[in-house]
Amino acid sequence: MPGKLKAKIVAGRHLPVMDRASDLTDAFVEVKFGNTTFKTDVYPKSLNPQWNSEWFKFEVDDEDLQDEPLQITVLDHDTYSANDAIGKVYIDIDPLLCSEAATVISGWLPIYDTIHGIRGEINVLVKVDLFNDLNRFRQSSCGVKFFCTTSIPRCYRAIMVHGFVEELVVNEDPEYQWIDRIRTPRASNEARQRLIFLMSGELQRKIGLKVLEMGGNAVVGYLQCFDLEGESGLVVRAIGTACTLEKISSTLPATATHPSNSSPSKDMKEPGFGEEAPGVPLSSGPPTPLRAQTFSSFSPSKSYSRQSSSSDTELSLTPKTGMGSGGSAGKEGGPLKALLRQQTQSALEQREYPFFTLAAFPPGFLLHVGGVVSARSVKLLDRIHNPDEPETRDAWWEEIRQEIKSHAKALGCHAVVGYSESTSICEEVCILSASGTAAILSSRFMQDGPLDTEHRLSRQPLCVFSTGSERVEGDMGSSASLGFEEVVSPGCGFCHIPYDELNIPFPAQLTYCYCCRRYKVPDVLFTTIDLPTEANVTGKGCLIQARLCRTKKKAQGEGNATVISNLLPFLEYELHTQLMNKLKLRGMNALFGLRIQISVGETMLLGLASATGVYLTALPSPGGIQIAGKTPSDITYEQHISNMQKKINDTIAKNKELYEINPPEVVEEIIGSPIPEPRQRSRLFRSQSESSDEVSELDLSHGKKDAFVLEIDDTDAVEDIHALLTDSPTPAGFYSCNTEIMPGIQNWTSAIQMFTSVRVFRLNANLTNQGLNKIFSDLCENLLKSLYFKLRSMVPCCLCHLNFTVAIPEDELIQVAVTAVAMSFDKEQLLENGKQSGEKTLIKAITENDEQLQFNLELNAETSAPNPLSSPKGLSEVGSHLSARDRCSSWIEQLKLKAHTIRRGSVKTTSSMEKASPLPEGRSRSLRSNRSYSGSSVAVVKMTPLSFIPGAKIIKYLGIINMFFIRETTSLREEGGVSGFLHTFIAEVFAMVRAHVAALGGNAVVSYSMKECVFMENPNKNQAQCLINVSGDAVMFVRESELESTSVQTQSATTHTSNGAEGT
Amino acid sequence: MSVELDVFVGNTTIMDKEVYQLWLNGYTVNDAVKVRIEGGVMEECEASAEVLLSDTMDQYRTFQMCERLLHHPAKLANQLLFQIPPDRQAMLIERYYAFDDSFVREVLGKKLSKGTKKDLDDVSTKTGITLKSCRRQFDNFKRVFKVVEELKGPLVENIRQHFLLPDQLARDYAAIVFFANNRFETGKKKLHYLTFQDFAFCAGQLINNWTLGAVDNIMEDMDVDLDKEFLQELKDLKILITDKDLLDQHKSLVCTALRGKTNVFNEMEANFKNLSRGLVNIAAKLINAKDVRDFFIDLVEKFIEPFSLCLLYMGVIKSCILRMYHD
Repeated sequence: MPGKLKAKIVAGRHLPVMDRASDLTDAFVEVKFGNTTFKTDVYPKSLNPQWNSEWFKFEVDDEDLQDEPLQITVLDHDTYSANDAIGKVYIDIDPLLCSEAATVISGWLPIYDTIHGIRGEINVLVKVDLFNDLNRFRQSSCGVKFFCTTSIPRCYRAIMVHGFVEELVVNEDPEYQWIDRIRTPRASNEARQRLIFLMSGELQRKIGLKVLEMGGNAVVGYLQCFDLEGESGLVVRAIGTACTLEKISSTLPATATHPSNSSPSKDMKEPGFGEEAPGVPLSSGPPTPLRAQTFSSFSPSKSYSRQSSSSDTELSLTPKTGMGSGGSAGKEGGPLKALLRQQTQSALEQREYPFFTLAAFPPGFLLHVGGVVSARSVKLLDRIHNPDEPETRDAWWEEIRQEIKSHAKALGCHAVVGYSESTSICEEVCILSASGTAAILSSRFMQDGPLDTEHRLSRQPLCVFSTGSERVEGDMGSSASLGFEEVVSPGCGFCHIPYDELNIPFPAQLTYCYCCRRYKVPDVLFTTIDLPTEANVTGKGCLIQARLCRTKKKAQGEGNATVISNLLPFLEYELHTQLMNKLKLRGMNALFGLRIQISVGETMLLGLASATGVYLTALPSPGGIQIAGKTPSDITYEQHISNMQKKINDTIAKNKELYEINPPEVVEEIIGSPIPEPRQRSRLFRSQSESSDEVSELDLSHGKKDAFVLEIDDTDAVEDIHALLTDSPTPAGFYSCNTEIMPGIQNWTSAIQMFTSVRVFRLNANLTNQGLNKIFSDLCENLLKSLYFKLRSMVPCCLCHLNFTVAIPEDELIQVAVTAVAMSFDKEQLLENGKQSGEKTLIKAITENDEQLQFNLELNAETSAPNPLSSPKGLSEVGSHLSARDRCSSWIEQLKLKAHTIRRGSVKTTSSMEKASPLPEGRSRSLRSNRSYSGSSVAVVKMTPLSFIPGAKIIKYLGIINMFFIRETTSLREEGGVSGFLHTFIAEVFAMVRAHVAALGGNAVVSYSMKECVFMENPNKNQAQCLINVSGDAVMFVRESELESTSVQTQSATTHTSNGAEGT
Repeated sequence: MSVELDVFVGNTTIMDKEVYQLWLNGYTVNDAVKVRIEGGVMEECEASAEVLLSDTMDQYRTFQMCERLLHHPAKLANQLLFQIPPDRQAMLIERYYAFDDSFVREVLGKKLSKGTKKDLDDVSTKTGITLKSCRRQFDNFKRVFKVVEELKGPLVENIRQHFLLPDQLARDYAAIVFFANNRFETGKKKLHYLTFQDFAFCAGQLINNWTLGAVDNIMEDMDVDLDKEFLQELKDLKILITDKDLLDQHKSLVCTALRGKTNVFNEMEANFKNLSRGLVNIAAKLINAKDVRDFFIDLVEKFIEPFSLCLLYMGVIKSCILRMYHD
């Protein structure tokens, strides 16, 4: 009995009129948790009742605390007939179970009814008293933190990244149970909502257990999805990356100046008790060595067997066999890259799936990127007979993950990053997809299990990570003695090929890196991750989409599955070609955040690939696109071709200007291999790609690269060209990307606007593939245009994290939903960057919030303290960071000198440079403009799909928000038709998310996403139903301007001290 | 092939002032799109008519969803459905409660009843204001009237607090409520030359000086109704015309007060008796509700018209005499 949940119902407001006679309501509240229910008194005749109830106390297991939501039902008392329900509030109490998250839930929460929507608000207070659990066989995983954010959360530091965790639970869908025929839609919807709440609670608890077993204390990049399989059931599945995180103490100066402070936390990391007590301290702040706070030990294997895991993925944790070789490697000092790889590989091979759901990494973690790997399979759904043994679903996913793993291996990579999984279901056919980016990771974050002393020594520097690029360099240098021979420039290192160039798994053209000239790089790079902060980029990026629609014959069962399987490779190939063409058309050479979504309907397949194109300085300049006709005899035909060619050339030139892509001149002889001239063209044929995991489609048969020839006779090519040229450019002042950040823009203002837009398009019957394609493409283009128009007041602005999801809700309907955030930036200070490798990242390091600096300092303090060996290094690192800043200012001076040489028309001005130079001002510039409004009685809650809020510092993560709502109406016309209905519902979902975040004490949601938006309508019956699933991380942030007064002083002080240290 | 559903929802509710005004003015979506196209927003933002239509529909939907909140402006501030910055909220409310002077002149002093509402289509044709807009304005008057009717305390302050209106707008609403409550006749042809602001000024004077609230400063004061006792006492003014001494005394006092302050002083002095009689007669009758309604028409008929007739007459005679006089 390790927990006591307490709830108090304070008051209600804006309640609906339930008694027509009096125009008032006699409201009372039922508070339910598990099987216990409490009731408040009836507050008669009021729309704003003041219950002010006692504290209702529930004594429950922490397992239930994790699984169950607190259910609050507001009812209208009726003496003569049954009480009428006004609505419900589900409260996820998980955030209260983790000491570092929220401590109380208190505030006005919307009362929600699945038929009527929001009906007033209720003010509640919820608290949890947790007792220490000494049970070694516990089933709960209280205290494991969950983050949707796909990077290390801003106020934490990764001590260790353990790896992939996954789980799935299944159940029957209440909507399809026999009882649904006799119960009301409301009852059915509520049963469904409650079940999904329960299932996701259970799922989270089970994932948490796995994390504890691995010795972690958090899940980062937690991605939970629902598969509504209809008749065959309901699947809730989740993947994530288990990590050991440590909170960066908010009292920075104290930690920085008193290194002794950090020793307890060092103690916590000490792997000595990693085996016996990987438990999670329940207290926040610097962990003390006091073991009372950690859960006592339990044997992993035992607890594992007890746990009725529904997933059959064995987490092969063999701690003892761990890192022996790696340890010795660390000691030898000077083994080759291969050895390093071996070491990492062995660390990774311990795991069945070396997958990471992270998309952004601490610098130095991501060494090389191979390319996108993806796998799909088409399955026929069958009823899940035993919900406790969902073997088939597990086996399906296992199959796909194995495929991904082997693809990664083929690319010479031992890990997959930016990993995600998705499904598309139509009737009984289900497409399962997984994709990620094959990569080689540094071993330093990944050693788990008990480590010997040598190892601990070698681990010391490993924890020293910061986000400043300069720091990484220093770090790499230091780690060279521990096994890294190569000292790679951080800006291009990740582009260097991980595979053996003599044994390339696919045709690709390799050149020497245009940055360091030492290692080979591919000509194009596709990835699913975010652009690494340290990457050298020329110009700006932009959203690139490939859209495809293919008709298919109606079929049933197995036949249908076969038809789809046969179509898939063509679809993927086409999408890939389109992406490649559009990338070249924009004069770019790399894609980040690639997400390919394939949606299946009864008579068609939809494919949508979205990514952010950039020009990586390290990669060769892309060639143009050349059109070739097969029958050159006809003069008009040739003219047609040359016209097209001209159009394409013009577009490329225009795009280069638009995205400011002027790569630095390259001196030819340095590279020793022919550098493609932009004008030089040669004919290439499209190679036959077999699977989607190939990085490049280029054929090497002609030896030379650069040109991408489209045969005009090919109908597909005509289509391609058409698609290429119909993409209209973004209007002036707008940029767009689907990644977290836009290269080339740093000076964000605090004006952000998150939005969701949904469109459903009805098609005519009997459309050809081309017709369909055009419609689908126009649909996406028009949607984008509408967004630009809507947000025109925010110019100059960038639409970040543009996330498109497509669906085929029924035959002849296409649904496109977009969630993104528009962020304004200061045009004045648009920095032209990417001219030289180091410069841009330095600026970035400065413009990014001061948290980094704190991160650094604290880390240094920490590493230097416990281990005398590493202390000088720690100091020198402070130095290097400092010098980075010095160099920055000198760079700015240099630029000032050069200012007059910068081409005219550039927005950069000398005055803006001056603004950018000194650190405090540099920081403050992003803070001007709209501060949060005061005077409103409702607290403003910001929402963003990004992991950060510009101009602000996240000081606390309050817990994960994972909400599922159903809304149904039987009076569609009266509610403004389908648009009115969905508009209201989405607004209601936003309102509920905001209210719950505010009740947790937060003022923003980061990493917000709408993962599901299933809309069904029956206009003839005047009915519609919609399901929405949203998630994100509730956070508390403070504006940097508010922090400034205090932190700048202390920072400059610490900087001075370390400056002295640098001299030594 | 058609867009079946099209929505855009921002975390902060996006509202375009221009579209809001078009919506308030009662334009249909299509008409609003036309107006916007003529306004040149398309060229400015590289948008197409399609985009404009989608945006306009979306905004209209948002406004419709907000309308219910605008009926109780205080709710707008503490509702959770829309996240609207306070300055935007103030704009929404102010514009929603704004009215056309030409419309208000048509209904000023009328009973805010269903009957009047039925006649709004006539008002619409007459004023050229869309019926939708007329209805909104009428409903606003009625809503404000209903809320403050039974409230104690100063009328303007009540309106300002309950509807979060800026001062001037609250004063105007006070005038409308006051006129509606006392059913002052303002529609007669003879009164047509008066603007709403003329009446609003008068209403302000009446509220400040002739109502219960003006006399007593006790808590239960009411600004909506005229002070009956006061009106009763006005009867006694008759003595000013019946008693010769008092009439002379009144005249001399008024003349002393106005001497040099008006350029029609001589005419006033010459006609004082007639003018005074007109005024006193009006005052003495005010105890009857019917005569209260006719207060303004009486003022015009019995005072302003005779006086200006006289002015006109005097002016002509004067110029004739001056012409005829050959010394």
